[in-house]
Amino acid sequence: MGVLDRFFGPSWGVHPDDRKRPAADAPLRRLPLPERLYVPLQQHVGGAARPVVLAGQKVLKGQLIAEAQGGISAPVHAPTSGRVLAIGEITAPHPSGLTQAAIILASDGEERWIDAEPPGDPFALPAEEIARLTAAAGVVGLGGATFPAAVKFNLGRRLKVDTLIVNGGECEPYLSADDAVMRHRAAEVVDGLRIVMHAIGARQALVGIEDNKPEALAAMRAAAAPHGDVAIRAVPARYPMGSDKQLIQVLTGREVPADARAAEVGVLVHNVSTCAAVHRALRRGEPLVERIVTLNGGALRAPGNLVAPLGALVADLLACAGMAEPPARLILGGPMMGTPLPHADVPLVKGASGILALTAAEAARPPEGPCIRCGSCTRACPMGLLPLEMAGRIRAGDLAGATGFGLSDCISCGCCAYVCPSGIPLVQYFSHARGELAAAERARLRGDAARRLAEQRRQRLEREAREKAAAAARRKAERDAAKARASAPAEAVSG
Amino acid sequence: MKPAAFPAPALAVAAPHVGGAAGVAHVMTWVMLALAPATLFGFWLYGWPAVHLWWITVLFAATGEGICLRLAGRPALVTLRDGSAVLTGWLLALSLPPWAPWWIGACGGLFATVIAKQVFGGLGQNLFNPAMVARVALLISFPVPMTLWVAPLPLGSAGAPGFVAGLQLTLGALPGALDAVASASVLGHAKTELARGVDLLQAFAVPSAPTFGLDGMRAGSLGESASLLIAGGGLVLLARGIIGWQIPLAMLAGIALPAAALHALDPARHLDAASHLLAGGTMLGAFFIATDYVTSPNTRTGQLLFGAGVGLLTFVIRSWGGYPEGVAFAVLLMNALVPVIDRYLRPRAHGRDRRGRPLDIAQRP
Repeated sequence: MGVLDRFFGPSWGVHPDDRKRPAADAPLRRLPLPERLYVPLQQHVGGAARPVVLAGQKVLKGQLIAEAQGGISAPVHAPTSGRVLAIGEITAPHPSGLTQAAIILASDGEERWIDAEPPGDPFALPAEEIARLTAAAGVVGLGGATFPAAVKFNLGRRLKVDTLIVNGGECEPYLSADDAVMRHRAAEVVDGLRIVMHAIGARQALVGIEDNKPEALAAMRAAAAPHGDVAIRAVPARYPMGSDKQLIQVLTGREVPADARAAEVGVLVHNVSTCAAVHRALRRGEPLVERIVTLNGGALRAPGNLVAPLGALVADLLACAGMAEPPARLILGGPMMGTPLPHADVPLVKGASGILALTAAEAARPPEGPCIRCGSCTRACPMGLLPLEMAGRIRAGDLAGATGFGLSDCISCGCCAYVCPSGIPLVQYFSHARGELAAAERARLRGDAARRLAEQRRQRLEREAREKAAAAARRKAERDAAKARASAPAEAVSG
Repeated sequence: MKPAAFPAPALAVAAPHVGGAAGVAHVMTWVMLALAPATLFGFWLYGWPAVHLWWITVLFAATGEGICLRLAGRPALVTLRDGSAVLTGWLLALSLPPWAPWWIGACGGLFATVIAKQVFGGLGQNLFNPAMVARVALLISFPVPMTLWVAPLPLGSAGAPGFVAGLQLTLGALPGALDAVASASVLGHAKTELARGVDLLQAFAVPSAPTFGLDGMRAGSLGESASLLIAGGGLVLLARGIIGWQIPLAMLAGIALPAAALHALDPARHLDAASHLLAGGTMLGAFFIATDYVTSPNTRTGQLLFGAGVGLLTFVIRSWGGYPEGVAFAVLLMNALVPVIDRYLRPRAHGRDRRGRPLDIAQRP
């Protein structure tokens, strides 16, 4: 960070030591095919996929093994050829260490692909068909959000998005998976993003790449040179530049309103790796079965980027990179927002951009102490919030007060906790408060539903009683009328 | 293949997993380092009594904090190591007359950490700047020793008390010595003479008037004489990013602009801007007191307002108030406004307008 940047650059965010090299400069390697793959059914936002294979069944690489379920979901394909051993459980990539359903494959080592026939020139296909093929290939947001890509395509088309933002920011320290994709597969990224433009009807694409990746910038510029509607833009290296709202603002000047989606201001954001996956799905008919993942951290002997099949265990990846010492912390994703892993028997999933094995010195944070109101967090917050005020209220149990300070706008980027000299785990406070608010909201909805049911029952009982009384009254009236008719002639006779 | 087992991760599981801050103790250490040159200059200028008063004040401030932490059942030694109590005592010592008796430092040190800080809940909880609360309490309770300044008597010069004599002097075992070297500070002299009906042009023309050189060779508190060294330390803190420029700049402007304007209009009744900036606690206040994290606003605009308020109030108190010096009062008055400033001067959140409502989607081109 230069002195001038301190005065004139964007005022939000932090400048963590990026520690991307030497891993980013190491040659791209391929993970030796593991004997077993544990492919989780839920690797995306939305409904878990439903298995369509049986234990013992032989599968080919790229074969559909679990289909999408529901409007927001994604299918899962076999990452290699082999036999389905079981449909069982594997530890989820989550700090709880709870398990999730997974299809366990024994690879036959042959890597035999299904007969995939490319669907022909994607630019001749209607946009709906591109979305359908992308969905069928199981492509989800590979930047970490894992939102099904095709759902976003349809949203973008419906809202008439004019600009596609391609996120090559990769602002998290240590990670260089997107960097590797751009360096080694720039042509795929550019072709993929042009297909995405076609799918959403965008007129231009802006690719934002942090200026700490000159090799990726050069490769992407070369690949995009023939296309006038694709602009490669260097953006300042600053965390969280890769956050959608911040990148949109830096590249287009548009600010996404707090209650709106990016598509409502005419932009849609997709990650560079997602674009490359779209290219493979549409040009080669290859579903998403592997990804580039960064192996980094001081506890590794040979950090670098690996091409690895989904479902490979983190332990396999670590073994490939070589352990120099037992890691003090194992993280899936980046150090700012990543998930700590309980152990290494966790499968690689679609959204895993990195596996970090950090030493104790790397993961050191100041001991937690009282807030000294230094205001570092307010200056770092990219959303313009007051983390110290929110945390103070959450500490006091005043969740409504914290919401009033913008709790719902927090993007959990971790800048505040990163700069806090008192080592306060601010993000944990906010996650806790959001969990509590969500639980309260669920309880409220349950209460409302119970009240509504009770009210409906009361109304039904009342109605039934009313109808019963009405029926009884009618029958009585009929009886009286009959009686009257029976007695009337007699009276007439007697009269 | 059975994957290798790893030790269970640490309990603190929330991201981020790396830290960019060096901790509270680091901040406090830098502030002390920035204060050191001015303090050492003060020690040299006023001799051993000043040294003794300094360590007594720091010792009592730390002791008061330690006792309170022990009473509250918190780890005293660990918390003391963050350096905030020592820094509070240090800042208070810099604002005292250098030859004040030991009990001034002792009472002040205890008052600062016990009453002004720990009673509120300790570090981060106090509404008012502890050093300034203690200084004002001392000034109101013991006006005579708190306004008795000595002329510079540098270490090693003829008549300067040695280590033991200095200690005796501070402990009050050497009566009568103070009278020999009593002098007036610049602001005090101006106030007294104006009160006597002598205008400033004459007041500073007489040979007995306090000299006013940039070299700091003049009567005043430890942290007053060496204004330039204090400002230099403040610039170090600015360069290190430990304090922002907003409060110091706004406070200095808040003093200098009205001072310059009124001095231009009526030099006989108003000191010039340079005197206001270099005399009294202006520099110490601007860089070290008003910038206290705990008792200042935490947004940039709030800090500008706060700094300007401290500066303006200081000038008002100096010019028309009953005391010659007003930094401490001005800081305390503005401290009281900090919750209000923080409430109304919030930054605009991304995607929202100033009132916190979501932006309209109309900005789409």
